[in-house]
Amino acid sequence: MDLNTLINIVYILSAITFILGFKLMSSPESAKRGNLISGAGMAAAIIVTLMDLHVERYEYILIGVAVGTAIGLWLAYKTPMTGMPQMVGLLNGFGGLASLFVAWGEYHAHPEGQGISGGLILWLTAIIGAVTFSGSLIAWAKLEEKFISGKPITYNGQQIVTGAILLGILATGVLFAMDTVAPEAYRYFAVFAVLALALGIALVIPIGGADMPVVICLLNSYSGMAACASGFIVQNNLLIVAGALVGASGIILTLIMCKAMNRSVANVFLGGFGAAPTGASAEVFGEIKEVKASDAYLILEAANRVVIVPGYGLAVSQAQHAVRELTEALEKNGADVSFAIHPVAGRMPGHMNVLLAEANISYDAMVEMDAINPQMDSVNVCMIIGANDVVNPAAQEDKNSPLWGMPIIQASRAQTVIVMKRGKGKGFAGVENPLFFKNNCRMLYGDAKSSLQTLVAEFKGGS
Amino acid sequence: METTVLTFLLFILVLAIFLGVEIISKVPSLLHTPLMSGSNAISGITVLGAILAAGLAKGVGNNDFAALLGGIAVALAMINVVGGYFVTDRMLDMFKKKEKK
Repeated sequence: MDLNTLINIVYILSAITFILGFKLMSSPESAKRGNLISGAGMAAAIIVTLMDLHVERYEYILIGVAVGTAIGLWLAYKTPMTGMPQMVGLLNGFGGLASLFVAWGEYHAHPEGQGISGGLILWLTAIIGAVTFSGSLIAWAKLEEKFISGKPITYNGQQIVTGAILLGILATGVLFAMDTVAPEAYRYFAVFAVLALALGIALVIPIGGADMPVVICLLNSYSGMAACASGFIVQNNLLIVAGALVGASGIILTLIMCKAMNRSVANVFLGGFGAAPTGASAEVFGEIKEVKASDAYLILEAANRVVIVPGYGLAVSQAQHAVRELTEALEKNGADVSFAIHPVAGRMPGHMNVLLAEANISYDAMVEMDAINPQMDSVNVCMIIGANDVVNPAAQEDKNSPLWGMPIIQASRAQTVIVMKRGKGKGFAGVENPLFFKNNCRMLYGDAKSSLQTLVAEFKGGS
Repeated sequence: METTVLTFLLFILVLAIFLGVEIISKVPSLLHTPLMSGSNAISGITVLGAILAAGLAKGVGNNDFAALLGGIAVALAMINVVGGYFVTDRMLDMFKKKEKK
């Protein structure tokens, strides 16, 4: 058996480990094993590629591997769980940039003999890579709120500018692919690469921070597509298979997130949230009833079934551990406690689950929205901590509400609703929440963490 | 590129997309964050293409600058591979089931 055959056999085995890795992610019990298997497959693929006879020098490879490994490890262990969306965003960007450099390197070494199809593939890889990179950097900065604000940034003629960039990318791409050896071809390559970087910025900058989870998912998919496209350049099946898996994953998550917000992908990318108001929302009547922690304790103490709806506000006030203590106190008191998690709770898909798991909350206590809603009538107390829009009944009752049609956790059907809230403001989307005015709703104002700690202390003192 | 090679690669691509959609739809929303960081790791597969570019023979044609570009791509893709797998492992460690009482 020659070396090439051996390398290809290892690539097939690696593809199997990637597929198995994703398959084992179908359950939290097997997911860790899946990740290890997939990682082993990746390591094997890298090792046999180093043995490839076309690899004739190692200095750049060794430096690259050393630098990449060090930065990778640092990111993996230093990033707090609240910072996961930013980290995933950054990695999306690095993946895109790597593909751009592979395309550039290949073109620099072999401008000849590409043909029109080869030229188009180089073009496609470079532009997907560039858009992914610059788009991800903007998404990262918006999430960090460091260099630019999380608010949508719009200007006059935005769509014309974006359209012009797109046209420029297409035109230079065609000119480039027609003759990759021509003296001006290198210039075309530079022009569409720079325009694609500009396109990534132009596409993400008008999107608000609240929609960043969708953007991150889509860019995750793009980073896979970029890897896939670079697989066509080096004619390697493993890159194509792995890239396609990632591309599919990102698209699925994008669609899930859009569905959970009742918006189309086009709506997220073309219109800022609330840019198209649909007339006045219905007036909310009724009275907001406040409750003190000592009274909230009495309500909870009598409850058999408690459902907690966590929102990102919970993580902001670092209250996950206080929630776990309250959960333990409630369970000791004989109550059944579960966590109802809306798909858009947190700042990326599944983020809230990770934040709760970090605080040692068992994953079988976490229930999806669709599973909890049918049981809501039998719930004694539904406690809402740092969440607002995802429990807003206006999404189902008020056709004029900007939230209309969004699936929600139907908290108001529980016997009693306790809302923990910092102050009397509106939600992320700036929409009034009629839930707070319902008869069975009690507001517990104040910092979520200290309110929870007071409740825990009451339980400890009372028993 | 030859059309036979291109169509063969496209064939692989189409099958892989369908397979991906099938398996990934079965991942519960509980694990969507580790799914995304795991995807980051796998998209680091570009490292294979980067290694081939970075290993181009010395002093032949335009190879030297191309190899430098490849080396940068190796570093970027390795951040994804290492960062992606290790952070996914760290996260999955946190998902625990309650011990039976």
